[in-house]
Amino acid sequence: MALPVDPAAGRPARGAALGWRGRERLLALAFVGPAMLVMLGIVLYPFVYNVYLSLTDMGLYTFRNPSLQSPLWKNYAEVLGHRELYVVFFKTVAWTGVNVLFHVAIGLFLAVLLNQPIRGRTLFRVLLILPWAMPQYISALTWKGMFNYEWGVVNHLLQKAGLAAVPWSTDPFWAFLAPLITNIWLGFPFMMIIALGGLQSIPQVVYESASVDGAGPARRFFSITLPMLKPVLAPAVMLGTIWTFNNLNVIWLVSNGGEPSDRTHILVSYVYKAAFTYYRYGYAAAFSMILFLILFALVWMQTRVGRATEASW
Amino acid sequence: MIGRAGIPEPSAAAARRERRARRERALRLGLTYAVLVAVSAVAVFPILQIVNISLRPSDQFASTSLRLIPEGATLAAYRTILFEKDFPRWLLNSIIVSLATTIIGVALASTAGYAFSRLRFPLRRAGMMLFLVSQMFPATMLLLPLFIMMRRLALLDSFAGVIIAYVVTALPFCVWTMKGYYDTIPRDLEEAARVDGTSDLGAFWRVTLPLASPALAITGLFSFMTGWSEFMVARVVISSKKLFTLPLGLENLTSTFATEWANYAAGSFLVCVPVVVLFVVLSRFLVGGLTLGGVKG
Repeated sequence: MALPVDPAAGRPARGAALGWRGRERLLALAFVGPAMLVMLGIVLYPFVYNVYLSLTDMGLYTFRNPSLQSPLWKNYAEVLGHRELYVVFFKTVAWTGVNVLFHVAIGLFLAVLLNQPIRGRTLFRVLLILPWAMPQYISALTWKGMFNYEWGVVNHLLQKAGLAAVPWSTDPFWAFLAPLITNIWLGFPFMMIIALGGLQSIPQVVYESASVDGAGPARRFFSITLPMLKPVLAPAVMLGTIWTFNNLNVIWLVSNGGEPSDRTHILVSYVYKAAFTYYRYGYAAAFSMILFLILFALVWMQTRVGRATEASW
Repeated sequence: MIGRAGIPEPSAAAARRERRARRERALRLGLTYAVLVAVSAVAVFPILQIVNISLRPSDQFASTSLRLIPEGATLAAYRTILFEKDFPRWLLNSIIVSLATTIIGVALASTAGYAFSRLRFPLRRAGMMLFLVSQMFPATMLLLPLFIMMRRLALLDSFAGVIIAYVVTALPFCVWTMKGYYDTIPRDLEEAARVDGTSDLGAFWRVTLPLASPALAITGLFSFMTGWSEFMVARVVISSKKLFTLPLGLENLTSTFATEWANYAAGSFLVCVPVVVLFVVLSRFLVGGLTLGGVKG
């Protein structure tokens, strides 16, 4: 919708040669142009180049003179024909789903607690935001140290509580759980802050009138809080899904590059290993494309399924 | 207390109900604090770990003691990192890279976000989508082409190379945040300014932009953090030691002997302090300022 008033109409001064529509276009070009140029150059060019790369046999020995594969889709066929892909895909979906679920649940819960008029809530907000404030690679490496079998503090606490030490780095299940716990810890403050902002925009009157009508706390939460938070949470959940799905740092650093024996990969770390440890550039490029398409489909489905997201789209 | 028919209830029953309500409130408050304290402890714990390790004397590196301040605590690691390692240089490099990323990122995002929020133009939706879709590219899809492209443009092993990459990394989220926040500012204010004879640019610069300062603070914070914490791109682009940023320098410490762990922890703590302080100072802007705008609207 254009601005309803054309302020230049009755004013023959500056900008009168162009109408509001013309000025709007010009302003848009000047404002969006630079950002778009940077994005196109640094994102679109690599994307197109990656498509080309995915059709070649580029590797360590063919770095300077890669040739096109025959058939052209050979890399794609190899990726899709690999049974491992489906295992890793399943792990990635589990990784993303569990992470985002816990981020939203913990974040929302804490936001509701912090939204009460209690003493010291600024202090708690500051403390609870710390996992987000710390540089990711530092937290990841610190957690990796904390999960160390012999001298890590997690096992130490478990043993003090009378439980057995957990093989965090040698057993595939626990080795996958370690980065998962790390990432849940890392991600809840973002959702908490988003939810807190949303909660503060809900007028108190709505709750009061609901109480008068006899709605209990649970009813108020599900009938008022959640629906009114949806427009705020939906884009955050979408972004969170994308970031978690593609989170290379945490899984790579905590599991030490997929150990034990490449059993703790999600798709993005799997590709990273193929590209930068095994130097299979063409294959990795094809894998990246497939990864991108999977994520694109997931996000598309998420926006379709959640009717509520319509409001914010 | 007024009963259903407007007749005052017997006072004993009312007092009893009042007592029960008060007890329930106290219980709920107690539970609230218990949960907040427990979760805060978990949130803070890794930082305490870093502090603890950084203070350990070199013979206690594998200690499992749970004391906050280790026995025989020493600041030797801080001395080593500040005076014997290249830490000050990494710090300076990181400050240069992060500040440049922040300035360019805020300039681009505040203008682009404004256009997406206020102006109608061809390809507007496509532009918003491009920002979203770019977030879905896996890191591997960008790293290798980026590397090759930067080699052609002679941007390898330069600050310019990483700064460009960081601006692009931070930009989509920043544009979204700015757009979402502009959406919440009433248009009437700008229109009034325009009617009073202010130019289009003046309406943006003097009316809307100052009102968007919470979002500007957040955008700046995220741009800065991107530059401050990024590792993967830096590793690909930068190779000479004198250009190392903090993440590269710290990683370099971990790849040597185990005795360096205290140094590494001391370095980590020093790296955390500025961002955490910045975050805490700006955290009042975060609540409410972080409105992610949708594509529509």
